[in-house]
Amino acid sequence: MPLSKSHYSVLVIGGGPAGMAAAKTAAKYGVDVALVDEQFQPGGQIYRNVDRSPLPDIDLPGKEYTFGKTEVLSFRQADIDYQPGASVWYLDRDRCVGVLIDGVNHRLSADKIIIAVGAQERPMPIPGWQLPGVMSAGAGQILLKSAALVPGADVVLAGSGPLLLLLAWQYIRAGVSISAILDTTTKINRIKALAHLPRALGAVDYLWKGLGLIRTIRRARIPLFSNVSQLVAEGEPKLQSISFRSGGRDHKIKTSLLLLHQGVIPSLHMAQAAGCGIGWNESQQCWIPEVDSWGQSSLPGILITGDGAGISGARAASLSGQLSGLQVAYELKQIDCKQRDRLAVTLRNAWNRHRSIRPFLDAWYRAPDSYLNPPDETMVCRCEEVFASEIRDIAKIGCIGPNQAKAFTRCGMGPCQGRLCGNTVEQIMAKSRGESVAQTGRYRARPPLKPITLGQIAGSMDPGESNQ
Amino acid sequence: MKTDFDTIIVGGGLVGAAVACGIASRGTSVAIVDGEDGDFRASRGNFGLVWVQGKGAKHAPYAQWSGNAAKLWPSFESKLRDTTGINIGFQQNGGFDFCLSEQEWQVRSEEMRSVAQHTQAVFEYSMLKHTELKQKIPQISDDVIGASFSPQDGHLNPLYLLRALHQLFVLLNGAYRPRQRVVSVQPDGDGFILRSGSTRYTAGQVVLCAGLDNQRLAKELDMDIPVHPIRGQLLITERLKPFLRYPCLQIRQTQEGTLQIGDSHEDVGLDEGTTLDVITALATRAVRIFPHLKNVKLNRAWGALRVMTADGIPIYHRSERYPGAFALSCHSGVSLAAAHEKLISGWICGDQSDLLIPEFSVDRFDVSKTQKHIA
Amino acid sequence: MFQRLKNTSPELVELNLDGQPVSVPTGISVAAALLYLDAKPIRRTAVSDSPRAPYCMMGVCFDCLIEIDGQPNLQACQVNVARGMQIRRQNAAYDSEAM
Repeated sequence: MPLSKSHYSVLVIGGGPAGMAAAKTAAKYGVDVALVDEQFQPGGQIYRNVDRSPLPDIDLPGKEYTFGKTEVLSFRQADIDYQPGASVWYLDRDRCVGVLIDGVNHRLSADKIIIAVGAQERPMPIPGWQLPGVMSAGAGQILLKSAALVPGADVVLAGSGPLLLLLAWQYIRAGVSISAILDTTTKINRIKALAHLPRALGAVDYLWKGLGLIRTIRRARIPLFSNVSQLVAEGEPKLQSISFRSGGRDHKIKTSLLLLHQGVIPSLHMAQAAGCGIGWNESQQCWIPEVDSWGQSSLPGILITGDGAGISGARAASLSGQLSGLQVAYELKQIDCKQRDRLAVTLRNAWNRHRSIRPFLDAWYRAPDSYLNPPDETMVCRCEEVFASEIRDIAKIGCIGPNQAKAFTRCGMGPCQGRLCGNTVEQIMAKSRGESVAQTGRYRARPPLKPITLGQIAGSMDPGESNQ
Repeated sequence: MKTDFDTIIVGGGLVGAAVACGIASRGTSVAIVDGEDGDFRASRGNFGLVWVQGKGAKHAPYAQWSGNAAKLWPSFESKLRDTTGINIGFQQNGGFDFCLSEQEWQVRSEEMRSVAQHTQAVFEYSMLKHTELKQKIPQISDDVIGASFSPQDGHLNPLYLLRALHQLFVLLNGAYRPRQRVVSVQPDGDGFILRSGSTRYTAGQVVLCAGLDNQRLAKELDMDIPVHPIRGQLLITERLKPFLRYPCLQIRQTQEGTLQIGDSHEDVGLDEGTTLDVITALATRAVRIFPHLKNVKLNRAWGALRVMTADGIPIYHRSERYPGAFALSCHSGVSLAAAHEKLISGWICGDQSDLLIPEFSVDRFDVSKTQKHIA
Repeated sequence: MFQRLKNTSPELVELNLDGQPVSVPTGISVAAALLYLDAKPIRRTAVSDSPRAPYCMMGVCFDCLIEIDGQPNLQACQVNVARGMQIRRQNAAYDSEAM
């Protein structure tokens, strides 16, 4: 049942594994809860379209994907006001929410907000990445899951990270012709990563799965290039070839489709714009929100859960959602402290186990500096077309930080509001000043979090009104 | 790294940077000691108007000062463009302030008359009713009763202005010391000692342009500079093909084609946040004025804190006890930038100074000191 | 550029792209439909009139902006295809008065 009123005890924002789990758990303990999600069916990105799949074989994307089907089914059966196609464009510290549903703006409020908006891919800026024909590996997965579309001709995959391997594995199963896989990780990463291997053995199933992916890829005899550097996308007016360096030689591959990936980072825009505290995580090379072990952020009444609170994968996201669901049930006095803690025990153990692989993965797949701090001719800000050289120039004259850099160059002022350029600008400025990104700082995030027109804002109403 | 200068400017916003450029062009050694990226920076929240109309309706010197500052802008803009190569999108073809009710119209007419009187008709304006206004701005709705217009008004890109001033300062061999928030300033013989983090600066003169932090720093130099924050929320839209040829107080179209929508005032302390109420009110008013904007998308909304003096009039004060110490505070860093660069810097350097400047000292708040009552 | 997997539903829906009728699979986003039709580029940028196409497919990059049923600058990856939909490729800064 969709939204029926404008105030809820708990409002969950995001319908992926964490959001669904948080809402289900809270509802189970009698909490009045609504969940809003911008997509038209639940599942987030990882379980996208899992219960409305166009795929001839639902197992094509792998067992982890089909696991999502049971999550979605039980979510649909729970006693929750579920509103799909709902775009949250405004959230502030007073838990005032602006949400756009079917072109109509509605105001909501809640005693507790659970932000479960998940993650985005870490941008991988290379010269020419703005050309038609260059996309992200995540885009490839979305096209597969939501539209049953796969590359028609050859495709090159480049970057690092489990998602890139997973996509390669899915494409092989689907009969897609992969011209080459370019691995940008360095040998030094791998050596450092081995230090985390003992802990990772707590999640040995992940390791087996990873090895399994790698085995399939090798058997398919796809050309693999390692330690890839100086990757450039070339062509006019669309991608025609890529060039790079590997094994001490220069290479060039003709291709009209390049899929890039170098890891996943929390989507922080909503939490940051609301005023939640965030901090830099050096080993993950990304910003994460300041949350306690239940997901409580630095703002009262606002929790952040799932990958949006720190990348841990879908299973861990579901567990973290359940923990946040318990926490709000406790805060709203539906369960007491003892019950909450008792119910949390197995959840925490499982959560820790699923997360134990992370330090190893973070180190093994760490993006090399040249892909975080790209060459001068790279278009850092795709929206306003600002190049790395311009950021370096103003950093040299002493520009005080990313926000001043934005003011001086327009970098970050386009429609994406810094989602694709922020990380790069921070890295460039930190490097030019010889400090850590934590000291350099970050763009300020502001509403609207999603596109909305002036007319839609002007004509806002309560959900009950529009449903009549 | 050099830490001793003839003059140190505290704060690298629009006020500090403009004054610093003026002083640096005289060849003495100048440094700007600037704070952090995350500090309250009124200059980065500025709307970008070069505005004369309405200023000083109740304060004749301010009306005159604003008019003079506007006149200095064209040559200042040329200088900036010639030296730095940066185009700040400056346009000075006049500006409008809409009236959405008869009452607004009456109040505005009176304000305009008052400013014209204060400046002995140097301030030019006209009041346009709907039909006449529609000839200048065809897209207005019937809700717009009319507008006040002044040919001296204009607009520019305030962020590019700040960038140009910083660049000019460096070209003039000014020393820019970023991310060195000044924690304390003390008199030391004829000069001053400033501390920021672990760095100790010394200067013969110190000019406080630290926005909302001026009050704290000024106290240490025996000056009482009453400033408080007044929040303004602003909206900016996606890029549109140009349609609005004049800046208006409520809405202007930037050189990139985006629309900037503003003019709100809230007394909420040090809070740069946004509220759904004000965002809604601003969007509603914009669509009321220009109905064709209803399908235009909002790109960003933000709050910024104006540096508001106790009476809204600028403060240009020199410490009596420590004559090398100055404090400058205002909320019109854009409109007055040319005057700050030329006239205020001249005053600080001991030139034959503009007769209006003493009107802006904080002595006006001390009844025992004022020689004439300013209505 | 992208093609359907074998053995998927053959059901198609008819739309209009720049005034020309086209047929695409049902239930997919406009961005996916444009990739299926290999309709690159789908827009030209405001700053340098450069060609762009969808990049992230999840609403983060804003490179898939297109005009749908008279409304410009919509993210094609956030809207599903519908019968008779009028899709027009565009440049970024549009004429607000023409709507």
